Amino acid sequence: MSKIRIATTSLAGCFGCHMSFLDMDERLVGLLEHVEFNRSPLTDIKHCGPCDIGLVEGGLCNAENVHVLREFRQQCKILIAVGACAINGGVPAMRNHYEVQECLEEAFLHGVGVDNPMIPSDPELPLLLSKVHPLHEVVRVDYYLPGCPPPGDAFFTILSDLLAGKEPSLPKAMLHYD
Amino acid sequence: MNIASSLPSGGDIHLLHRLRALQDRHQHIPPQTIAPLASELGLPVSQVEAVIDFYSFFHRSPRGHFDILFSNCTSCGDLVLMQQLCDLLGVVPGVTRADGLVSVDQTSCVGMCDQGAAALINGRTLTCLSAQQLPALAALIHAGTPLDEWPAEWFAVQDNIRQAALLLNDTLSSGDGLRAAVQAGAEQLLAELRQSSLRGRGGAGFNTSLKWQLCRAAPADTRYVVCNADEGEPGTFKDRVLLTRYAQQVFEGMALCAYAIGAQHGFLYLRGEYRYLLPQLEATLAEMRTANLLGENILQQPGFNFDISIVLGAGAYICGEESALLESLEQKRGVPRVRPPFPVTHGYLGQPTVVDNVETLLAATHIALHGGQWFRDHGTQDSSGTKILSVSGDCMAPGIYEFPFGISLQTLLAACGGQDAQAVQVGGPSGTLVSRAEFGRKLAFEDLATGGSIMIYGAQRDLLAVVRNFTHFFAHESCGFCTPCRVGTPLLRQYLDKIASGHGTAYDREEMARLGKLVKRRSHCGLGQTAANPLLDLLEKFPQVYAERLLHQDYEPFFDLDAALATTRTLTHRDDAEAHLS
Repeated sequence: MSKIRIATTSLAGCFGCHMSFLDMDERLVGLLEHVEFNRSPLTDIKHCGPCDIGLVEGGLCNAENVHVLREFRQQCKILIAVGACAINGGVPAMRNHYEVQECLEEAFLHGVGVDNPMIPSDPELPLLLSKVHPLHEVVRVDYYLPGCPPPGDAFFTILSDLLAGKEPSLPKAMLHYD
Repeated sequence: MNIASSLPSGGDIHLLHRLRALQDRHQHIPPQTIAPLASELGLPVSQVEAVIDFYSFFHRSPRGHFDILFSNCTSCGDLVLMQQLCDLLGVVPGVTRADGLVSVDQTSCVGMCDQGAAALINGRTLTCLSAQQLPALAALIHAGTPLDEWPAEWFAVQDNIRQAALLLNDTLSSGDGLRAAVQAGAEQLLAELRQSSLRGRGGAGFNTSLKWQLCRAAPADTRYVVCNADEGEPGTFKDRVLLTRYAQQVFEGMALCAYAIGAQHGFLYLRGEYRYLLPQLEATLAEMRTANLLGENILQQPGFNFDISIVLGAGAYICGEESALLESLEQKRGVPRVRPPFPVTHGYLGQPTVVDNVETLLAATHIALHGGQWFRDHGTQDSSGTKILSVSGDCMAPGIYEFPFGISLQTLLAACGGQDAQAVQVGGPSGTLVSRAEFGRKLAFEDLATGGSIMIYGAQRDLLAVVRNFTHFFAHESCGFCTPCRVGTPLLRQYLDKIASGHGTAYDREEMARLGKLVKRRSHCGLGQTAANPLLDLLEKFPQVYAERLLHQDYEPFFDLDAALATTRTLTHRDDAEAHLS
């Protein structure tokens, strides 16, 4: 039987969820007998091929995040929003209390120690969205794995359930909303 | 008038009243007044700050000298009028005009559902507002005319009692109930109350005699009686009328409770929207003191000492929840407590406390005089007596109706001229949406329980707009303590807004329903546990209301992605392909 293909990415997040993913520790070895990784910081594959499961950490703060998320949605049969930022916007969404113009001006024009003040306009840089958004506001999301970050046990449980062909179900102790 | 003068001994002054005075004087709470106030009241600065931010009627930045709050209730609200007035005054809702003269904003239901459109201006209630009146109103504001010189009829509040029965056909003289109780003794009073099977009128329907008995039995030196007059459920206004017409009997009910449980002090927690009732309520208390119905050795009973203070809320629906109300009485944010322990053993200041609805206490006064059986003879097996209903919305005669428990909704609709309704919201937004097919259901704790709110919706009403209004209400009134409610209610609001604006899909509807069930199941208190009821009821009983708004596609984003890049496109002077999202 061919292996289950998994892709992972971090959008407007801190990679903390990925670190927590690695907290599955030695269970990763067993897991790798059943799964292989496609696009992921763990493989450095740049674009997502057809996959069974996509794990997306972080919310959407810029245009590139939107492109990556759409690619994941297109390629992954099951898309999981991982962690507080993917589900609710999280820490990056704290900027939502301000206008994006205020944020850029503070960072690049008026901030302490700014040299040669100008708002960067290089086409290589993705433009910021006016607000930070959770994933489900731009694509359909199949499952949500809450936590900041979700514990390694929660990753293991949700993946084990999916590998077993079951509807994922996390015990209360693994659900952390803040 | 000094609101604080009637508070407990020791020059004790309530934080909410002090903040209200500051708000009145400065149109906001000036930052430099906070630390001195905290120190004077012996409270942490953080507590004062938290209270300022919690209650809607306190502000950090100045409101206008004329501060107008339009009700946004589906019965007494009219936001079209609000916008018209804003246009006349050259002001944007929620933003104080640059010259500081005026500000206009929305507020939750102000309890004038039988005489809308309604608004508060500097805390005073404007009723029966009409578009014709607005130019004159705007002119008075522009002229800076003090409210006392405005047409008095603009502030007139009618009682609109349409149907009176046991309690409203008042034959009691002042002190009758208390005299009867004192003659018979506390045990007998509790026995009559038990016989009456009176259940709490706020909506939950807990057995009143059991509540009093539990409080009486709780070991403590000090006990309290609290009358919950924080009538915040949209569509409810019966307590407003009871406190206008029958305040003496309500206070007497509190004294009866004090007599039964051995309390020496009571509080009437009055919602801030009913501030205009304060002078007459204080006058009633003064008369009762003179008549020895309050004070020391009441009715010459040695050791029967009891008095009542009034505490005025400041715009927080959640304070109608009894443990949040107690927190508010204790000068804190109105965050519901973890229960158990219940207030009957651990209430105000941790002491055994009875918290009863206005109508419950009024009924207790009547029962003390007429006996339990007199009350028990009315209503149904599980719901004895009568219920005082606040009827509003699309009917001929909105107002107060008193009926025995057990009448059908159809009977009530016939009485008020609302037979053509397509739906009725029974019990306010936290209650039940009832469709035409169910109009034969009975108003009683065992079927359609209600604290008294009956909102009628005629055929021309958009029920999705109604449910959206309720969902916005809950998101606004969530106290923020627990995550399922704090986060969940705004998400529900977002789904409904999306569907109402024609951008929703079947997926959104399913996600909304799933989330609604989660918010119900996981929330800390009744607010979150009921916040999803309106949208779930609508889904169950009027599925076509959603279906006809949905897009027939798999998914639709919540916002316009390309428009979300507009600001940064401008700031960076970019217009290349990468600067756009399709």
